[in-house]
Amino acid sequence: MDIAIIGIGLFAFGRHDGVSAIEMGVAAARSALKDAGLEWKDMDLACAGSLEVLQPDTMNKHLGLTGIPFTTLYNGCATGGNLMLTTANALAAGVGDVGIAIGLDKHPRGAFSVGDTLESIGLGQWYGETGLALNPQFFAMKTQRYMHDHGISHETLHRTAVKAFKNGSLTETAWRRKAIDYDEIANAPMVCDPLRKFHFCNPSEGAAAVVMCRAEVAKRYTTHPIYLRADVFKTQTYGSFETLSPATPVRDAPGPVVRASQAAYETAGIGPEDVDVAQVQDTEVGHEIMHMAENGFCKDGEQEAWIADGATEIGGRLPINTDGGLLANGEPIGASGIRQVYEVCLQLRGDAGAHQVPNSPKVGYTQVYGFPGVSCVTVLST
Amino acid sequence: MPAAQTRKPVAEGLFTWPSDDPQLLGSKCPDCAEVTFPSQTGCPACSASRCEQVGLSRSGTLWTWTVQNFPPPHPYLGDAREFVPFGVGYIELAEGVRVESRLTENDADKLAIGMQMNLVIEAFGTDADRNELVTFAFAPAETS
Repeated sequence: MDIAIIGIGLFAFGRHDGVSAIEMGVAAARSALKDAGLEWKDMDLACAGSLEVLQPDTMNKHLGLTGIPFTTLYNGCATGGNLMLTTANALAAGVGDVGIAIGLDKHPRGAFSVGDTLESIGLGQWYGETGLALNPQFFAMKTQRYMHDHGISHETLHRTAVKAFKNGSLTETAWRRKAIDYDEIANAPMVCDPLRKFHFCNPSEGAAAVVMCRAEVAKRYTTHPIYLRADVFKTQTYGSFETLSPATPVRDAPGPVVRASQAAYETAGIGPEDVDVAQVQDTEVGHEIMHMAENGFCKDGEQEAWIADGATEIGGRLPINTDGGLLANGEPIGASGIRQVYEVCLQLRGDAGAHQVPNSPKVGYTQVYGFPGVSCVTVLST
Repeated sequence: MPAAQTRKPVAEGLFTWPSDDPQLLGSKCPDCAEVTFPSQTGCPACSASRCEQVGLSRSGTLWTWTVQNFPPPHPYLGDAREFVPFGVGYIELAEGVRVESRLTENDADKLAIGMQMNLVIEAFGTDADRNELVTFAFAPAETS
């Protein structure tokens, strides 16, 4: 891919009573434009995505009615990665020189509800009426099976949460800024066995944006572009175990994360050993642990030793979720994938402050995962 | 005076009921023989479009499990005010499919991957017309 990121913006994730998702998206876009030294009228195209906002393209009424193509899309938790991919594809196809991808969302408090009609997500209403159809159940059951098959301990779950809130405490823009000690996490109420209260992220509110251009013109705009070496979007194939599935086949197949990851390494021409800093979807600690293997960073079961050794801490062999990830930032679905990219860009620029990874990281990686079995992976480099 | 409650299945076509030997109703692809649940005409494995409804095995093994410890949000029709945690699991059946189900057991200490489970039909909630709703669940097999 010959695409560069020349501006990044964030409307910090958290709770913002009285501020609409559109207002947050507009603020994130303006922040990214300012970072790029550009204005909205310089944009040749835009893409935006949200779960809660039906038409995020109405941000143009606030940003300026410049007549550009403004695409909207929604692909569950993979929305952010796909917004960037769609922007990149349009730029590569010659639609324009410079474009912006904006993710935004504002979720009600509490666990995600599947809403009034499960038919709208391809499932029978009975599935929710009987108390199934909850993402936390899937996260718990996939984790439970993985712990059984690969010898992952409860201690490793707890340590992963300790790291997340510690990193959140170092990150000015994080929602959860208080470190939480091991005993409090280990003794927190059980939500869905084996996962406890502090093992999960919460739905939240916020927005993130990136300004992108074709790589050959990047130096016109900035002296420190970050290059998008790969951005891959995959859906599930038959056989993988995915959230909100009334049944799953015994026949096994690699999930969308594994397939997106492998394709991204191939496109970027690197391997997992080349990654200096990574953001992976940590809807809960079980998935951060499983995603370490699904993204190729370690083999199944090796997470036990990695996490005991602090390998995923800032300063470790492969720092993961250096801004506290979803656990410390929550998940505004449409924006979450671009927050990951925002954090990796800060790291690669050396601008991450108290949560900066040492030794000038050169290669970054992001990965999101969600319903109905979708994943996006990006590879970024200086 | 409240009307007498009638029992109803939560949805038609999910399981045979009433029946002395209830079965879940899945579908089998005539081309590739894959079995899915609930039944549907399209085959997710090979894209064929003429899958046929089949009854599934009444017992299997617990492939994974959890306990739902908080009241599920809308559109849950169980009693959220007097909420009692319930088990949830995937039960691996001989047809080559793992079916997600409520479990009759909610004690984590009594659930284990690999244990034998049997299908039961149980009441779990009420609908807007005060009908008592039944759904499928799996119960640990007697191990005496």
